[in-house]
Amino acid sequence: MAAPMLRWVGRGRLWTFARVDGGSCHRRGAPTGSTSNRIRGQSSVAQQPLYTTQKPRKGEHKWAAVVGLEIHAQISSNSKLFSGSQVRFSAPPNSLVSFFDASLPGTLPVLNRRCVEAAVMTGLALNCHINKKSLFDRKHYFYADLPAGYQITQQRLPIAVNGSLTYGVCAGKKQSQVIPKTVRIKQIQLEQDSGKSLHDDLRSQTLIDLNRAGVGLLEVVLEPDLSCGEEAAAAVRELQLILQALGTSQANMAEGQLRVDANISVHHPGEPLGVRTEVKNLNSIRFLAKAIDYEIQRQIDELENGGEILNETRSFHHQLGCTMSMRDKEGKQDYSLFSQEPTLFLSVAACPVGVPSPKCGVWLSIRPWLQCDASDDNELQELPVGFLLPSEARLTHRRDLAVRFMPEPNLPPLVLYDATSLPAGADPQQVINIDQIRETLPELPRVTRERLVQQYGMLLEHSFTLLNEVGLLEFFQNVIKETRAEPKKVTSWVLNTFLGYLKQQNLAVSESPVTPSALAELLDLLDSRTISSAAAKQVFEELWKGEGKTPGQIVSEKQLELMEDRGSLEQLCHSVMEAHPQVVMDLKEGNPRAINKLIGLVRKATQSRADPAMIKEILEKKLSS
Amino acid sequence: MKSNTREATGQHTRECGVSAALKQGQITPTELCQKCLSLIKKTKFLNAYITVSEEVALKQAEESEKRYKNGQSLGDLDGIPVAVKDNFSTSGIETTCASNMLKGYIPPYNATVVQKLLDQGALLMGKTNLDEFAMGSGSTDGVFGPVKNPWSYSKQYREKRKQNPHSKNEDSDWLITGGSSGGSAAAVSAFTCYAALGSDTGGSTRNPAAHCGLVGFKPSYGLVSRHGLIPLVNSMDVPGILTRCVDDAAIVLGALAGPDPKDSTTVHDPINKPFMLPSLADVSKLCIGIPKEYLVPELSSEVRSLWSKAADLFESEGAKVLEVSLPHTSYSIVCYHVLCTSEVASNMARFDGLQYGHRCDIDVSTEAMYAATRREGFNDVVRGRILSGNFFLLKENYENYFVKAQKVRRLIANDFVNAFNSGVDVLLTPTTLSEAVPYLEFIKEDNRTRSAQDDIFTQAVNMAGLPAVSIPVALSNQGLPIGLQFIGRAFCDQQLLTVAKWFEKQVQFPVIQLQELMDDCSAVLENEKLASVSLKQ
Repeated sequence: MAAPMLRWVGRGRLWTFARVDGGSCHRRGAPTGSTSNRIRGQSSVAQQPLYTTQKPRKGEHKWAAVVGLEIHAQISSNSKLFSGSQVRFSAPPNSLVSFFDASLPGTLPVLNRRCVEAAVMTGLALNCHINKKSLFDRKHYFYADLPAGYQITQQRLPIAVNGSLTYGVCAGKKQSQVIPKTVRIKQIQLEQDSGKSLHDDLRSQTLIDLNRAGVGLLEVVLEPDLSCGEEAAAAVRELQLILQALGTSQANMAEGQLRVDANISVHHPGEPLGVRTEVKNLNSIRFLAKAIDYEIQRQIDELENGGEILNETRSFHHQLGCTMSMRDKEGKQDYSLFSQEPTLFLSVAACPVGVPSPKCGVWLSIRPWLQCDASDDNELQELPVGFLLPSEARLTHRRDLAVRFMPEPNLPPLVLYDATSLPAGADPQQVINIDQIRETLPELPRVTRERLVQQYGMLLEHSFTLLNEVGLLEFFQNVIKETRAEPKKVTSWVLNTFLGYLKQQNLAVSESPVTPSALAELLDLLDSRTISSAAAKQVFEELWKGEGKTPGQIVSEKQLELMEDRGSLEQLCHSVMEAHPQVVMDLKEGNPRAINKLIGLVRKATQSRADPAMIKEILEKKLSS
Repeated sequence: MKSNTREATGQHTRECGVSAALKQGQITPTELCQKCLSLIKKTKFLNAYITVSEEVALKQAEESEKRYKNGQSLGDLDGIPVAVKDNFSTSGIETTCASNMLKGYIPPYNATVVQKLLDQGALLMGKTNLDEFAMGSGSTDGVFGPVKNPWSYSKQYREKRKQNPHSKNEDSDWLITGGSSGGSAAAVSAFTCYAALGSDTGGSTRNPAAHCGLVGFKPSYGLVSRHGLIPLVNSMDVPGILTRCVDDAAIVLGALAGPDPKDSTTVHDPINKPFMLPSLADVSKLCIGIPKEYLVPELSSEVRSLWSKAADLFESEGAKVLEVSLPHTSYSIVCYHVLCTSEVASNMARFDGLQYGHRCDIDVSTEAMYAATRREGFNDVVRGRILSGNFFLLKENYENYFVKAQKVRRLIANDFVNAFNSGVDVLLTPTTLSEAVPYLEFIKEDNRTRSAQDDIFTQAVNMAGLPAVSIPVALSNQGLPIGLQFIGRAFCDQQLLTVAKWFEKQVQFPVIQLQELMDDCSAVLENEKLASVSLKQ
């Protein structure tokens, strides 16, 4: 695992591109994406894919893609980054809004200690250098769900820098081999989330929900070391597992707790980098891979056809499976937003198809709550406005052409301490000790996998599968705890049989009708040779019906125990041989494979209750006699 | 607390504080409140108040009265009428910043400083006038119109004007208060309250204090919470205190100072409270610095001469008086302009009409709504500052302007550090170039030019975060107040005020004589129980 990492990191360049010979690994519209997808007929999976044009001209004209990611992970905390209001998903609109979140004039940010600790912890887990001193900045742009007109972020001096993330990409003939790769992490910064806007085109109005406004985010910026959607998907999945292991973010993409923007460009290897586009708000791992691969191919096609790539922001339309430009480049924003000619600002109407226009019509009035008689500024109840946005509808119209930064004057530098620099007599509530946080780091997914490989002798790729499915590792470990069966047997049953059933019915581990104890009991029956493995499959199928029977009950009801009585088995073998003289003849004439047919026939006669090894032994004995 | 009642009434020689009068039951909080309310009505033409919170004040007075009756007074500020500049958030009371943008905006919370005053039992008389969003130095550029300086109507000024054959029509010739906390200054100066909160970003408390013959105190940055103060420049704003004497300022500071968990820029160290000021008997151990760069050609000869006399006074009483250099002073005002407008542009971004305050009728698009709201909501001065601030913050200009200004700011702050390190305890400078000018004279120049002139001696202190206080020294030939400024080391506010108190005692600045103006009101002023113009003796 270390070698490839060194190779990538040691390159010492900002940009890394892919250069491997081979066919196009991703075609437009091909079902690429999450690690389990692959293209039929592909001879080998390129580690670093390379793209060729549909109609190669002037010899081999090869393209390489350069992909960088910006990942926003919502910090798992009780209250927001700079205010005391609660953080909760799917609360009634505008029920979790403090005076600060609503940017009432005169309110000031107060940093949430938990969010800083989460950032430090994440930084440590991603091998980052933790800056003992970091700064906050304001990033200004006008948008209705950004009530202050600026976002507090860490532009100049973020809390963590220069880390790395090691992830695995599936390769090999059956995609069964895992190749470890590393992407460098440029920085991790603390910043505020925005609120949500809902554009209601029918009634031509926009509704604002500020519940999310001010929630703490970790922005993890990856260096552009990735070269295709599959790599990006695998890296994001690994980051997701790390965040979940740390508990610093729930990182649930469907709930918007993990959002990814991708910077994508293509170029010919050895030539300068191409113009990049940014694809925003990718909120599932599958769409992330799809969007990146689509965008790479779009850029190649564009360039091949003599077009040019604009430095623009695009969104991914998941139904159409394509990316589209999010704004009119000419609609440059007036950076002070006032004018003698308000009509100048109507250019926003020029929105691409499928993206709701930000017409306001009737703006929601959030005014009434100002009269509400809140005695503390923690919560404002009963705001009669806003809807909750479904995650797919979360769109961005940010026109950040004129984004301006400024140091946040209301927050002094964030100073962190370690064991050596901790001032004597410091108030423990007012200082954060990096070393102390380091000690509390839990086991990271990479280490968990290594442990699984060592402890249970499983293949590395099996350990990846165990971790990738939510709850599967826990299920596996619970089975292991309760069964006498060999770990390899358990691994095989969990990954093949159990996971196979889940996938077939599209169920999550938590929805499985088979409990770990039931599977453990079943494996015990198998291990003690009470049942054959074929019978075990039958039992499993019964268990899957979820009728509440134990494996033992099923075995006895269906009389699936192995036939222990050698005498009757010998009898059975005898009858079978007599009934199939042609097969016996075949065998005697030198076709050794014919015995399998006999074994099969005997097993069928025993309803799979006999041990095939014993059947074979008896048959051989009878034949040689 | 000390007060000068002799000039005020012409007949009382006894000095007595209103706090003591309350404690002794010579006057009740309700009586005091009603008297101030009646003065507010009589002086309405001064335009000092935007909102008079009569009901609130009377209710607070009633509660205060109960406490006094039960012997449970909360301290020197219990039952004392105060006014608050209309850029501090007051729960349930409209807070406008003298801007269309915030007309009708009623904050749901109190600024920390307001809450602290109320916790001490003070009576909130109302919200005072200012330049829109505190951007100005005259209190002339607010949407509610200019504030008139009470000294325009003082016996002292009127008599001098009678002697001047060139004096024009008296009624149109009223004087500005200075600003931007001119409403607070006028309110205190006209006896409608005993103390007022101003805000001080570049001199906005000290400047009107100098023009209105008051003590105007700007505490060290980080000593007093800004939470609830609608910001102009976050890194320079400080709540300011306007009173009629130094001891009163110290009492108010004692109530306001201290860390606030809601303002991360307040210092964590506990402050010695209360701010009791010792009476200095001897200044011989004191070293006063005179910054040579503050002797500018525009300085009026009268102010220069008073400045020089003040230095002589210290020297004659045994203090060491040194000329010091603050070499980067001349860059200060330009640097202030860049930093101020940049922060203004940022702070004003939240006023989009969406959640509070003014919103236009235009609804063709979000941007159109924003643009029209902001065009209608802000005056030219505010819009101008937003535009220049955003220009400085643009990516291509950021290094050349904002970052450079920050570096210069550091140099200016270091100038002060070096001066104090050379052994100086307190710096003595003018507060303003001259005394207050008539409104018609003042508006001949635009806001920006005026601010650049008027902030010349005051804004560097804000850039360095130091405490400073303007003390009224004497009346000019025209019978108008002139103030001088003392600047102290950071967080040595108490030492600074102690020196100021000694100086105040030496100069015996006269009390404004407003009997003529208030006709029947003179009865109020001559009322023995109200005779005191300050809180305590």
